[in-house]
Amino acid sequence: MSNKTVGSDRVKRGMAEMQKGGVIMDVVNAEEAKIAEAAGAVAVMALERVPSDIRQAGGIARMANPEIIEEVINAVSIPVMAKARIGHISEARILEAMGVDYIDESEVLTPADEEYHILKSDYVVPFVCGCRDLGEALRRIGEGASMLRTKGEPGTGNIVEAVRHIRKVNGQIAVLSSLSNDELMTFARDIGAPYELVKEVKERGKLPVVNFAAGGVATPADAALMMSLGADGVFVGSGIFKSESPEKFARAIVRATTNYEDYELLAELSKDLGEPMTGIEISQLGEAGRMQERGW
Amino acid sequence: MKLDECRNADGKSRKKVGVLDVQGAVREHLLALKTVGVKAVSVKLPEDFDELDGLIIPGGESTAIGRLIREQGLEDRLRTFYKEGKGIFGTCAGLILCSTDESHETNDLRLGFIDIEVERNGFGRQVASFETSLDFTGIEQKVEAVFIRAPYIQSVGPGVKVLAAVDDKIVAAEQKNVLVTAFHPELTEDNVVLNYFLNHFVGLSVTN
Repeated sequence: MSNKTVGSDRVKRGMAEMQKGGVIMDVVNAEEAKIAEAAGAVAVMALERVPSDIRQAGGIARMANPEIIEEVINAVSIPVMAKARIGHISEARILEAMGVDYIDESEVLTPADEEYHILKSDYVVPFVCGCRDLGEALRRIGEGASMLRTKGEPGTGNIVEAVRHIRKVNGQIAVLSSLSNDELMTFARDIGAPYELVKEVKERGKLPVVNFAAGGVATPADAALMMSLGADGVFVGSGIFKSESPEKFARAIVRATTNYEDYELLAELSKDLGEPMTGIEISQLGEAGRMQERGW
Repeated sequence: MKLDECRNADGKSRKKVGVLDVQGAVREHLLALKTVGVKAVSVKLPEDFDELDGLIIPGGESTAIGRLIREQGLEDRLRTFYKEGKGIFGTCAGLILCSTDESHETNDLRLGFIDIEVERNGFGRQVASFETSLDFTGIEQKVEAVFIRAPYIQSVGPGVKVLAAVDDKIVAAEQKNVLVTAFHPELTEDNVVLNYFLNHFVGLSVTN
């Protein structure tokens, strides 16, 4: 037998690299998973409810029922992701034991721990986490996240928060790149990030893991916008299966993500789709409704 | 690592290699090509194939890449490129797309550029993804290899040369102008497999 190493950074981060330029879609059963796969999704996120339904249902949102996750795993050949509550070590271990390909430690679910996130470097399965700024991004990488995404504001169909978050992260990377080495420790203190990772980002001029867009993508144009702003790929939650014609939206968003600068094609892709999901203005959410404030 | 021949007066290679850019690890391949001094371009549309001396089909999701190849109208141009005898290198998803894989049961795209049958996700799910070092026929040193939800080659037809295996599972092979690996040479620092492609399939002379 050859000498194999599992769960290394290269293997975990590499998995996310392979998803680049792709669309990851939220699904709640095998049928939706198959629609997503046929439309060209690079992965599916298996959930009990999509974020907009979580908002409506209220109460505590937890890891999905393992039966739903198993159903989705058995239905498709593309990777299957699933969400664990922030800080919920046991949900994460259960998902890992089930053979889920990626865990999203997600603010869409009700946090299990308001102080500590999961120490993701302890796991063989890779994790994706949300971030609103560079400090949050590097704290999650410091804990072992292999992939990042904007937090945005899930389940709203409103792209404004995801735009804010990707601009913030990339703007801070630009500032960091212009600093001299003797300014890095103070920068690390100011954004609350591990010093070694701040140094690494300055040297490379970019994050050491991919950063996808998430939290508010509802149309092909939204996906193209996030790619233009530097996202490596796109998560679409409620935007597909809460639209009038999920198959059309799924296909159009996949092609828009690949061809995000081909505006004539984007115009074609945006025709004849039917209604997108109903959106929510962020100011209507109130403090308690802002999922992005969960985690730190 | 350097280019010995095929340079312009400015020291740059005259050869141009494209990376199919519809989804997947495109950036890493472009970077690796630039590192060894080859002109690298991203290929999204049929006209992007013009004047290419070689093409890399990267890792990603084979179902998504296959679907986008069709929707972008690239399938015919890919087939012509193959028939012209230009070098083609498929990694991971690229291997699956280049295969004949006659036993596959879906409508997913198989280009049939190399006569192999493929087991998708043959090593298991992501938690079983691994890295190792392996022997590669034609490369003297050990090759670092990263496998991510990787396929393996179940069987090969006549005329296919097997280049590497892990636990008796074939993970690299070549036939005529096509090279495939189940692993991701673009994720490791050494460029030995890329150099093998450039030397044997693109007509360059690159030393490791």
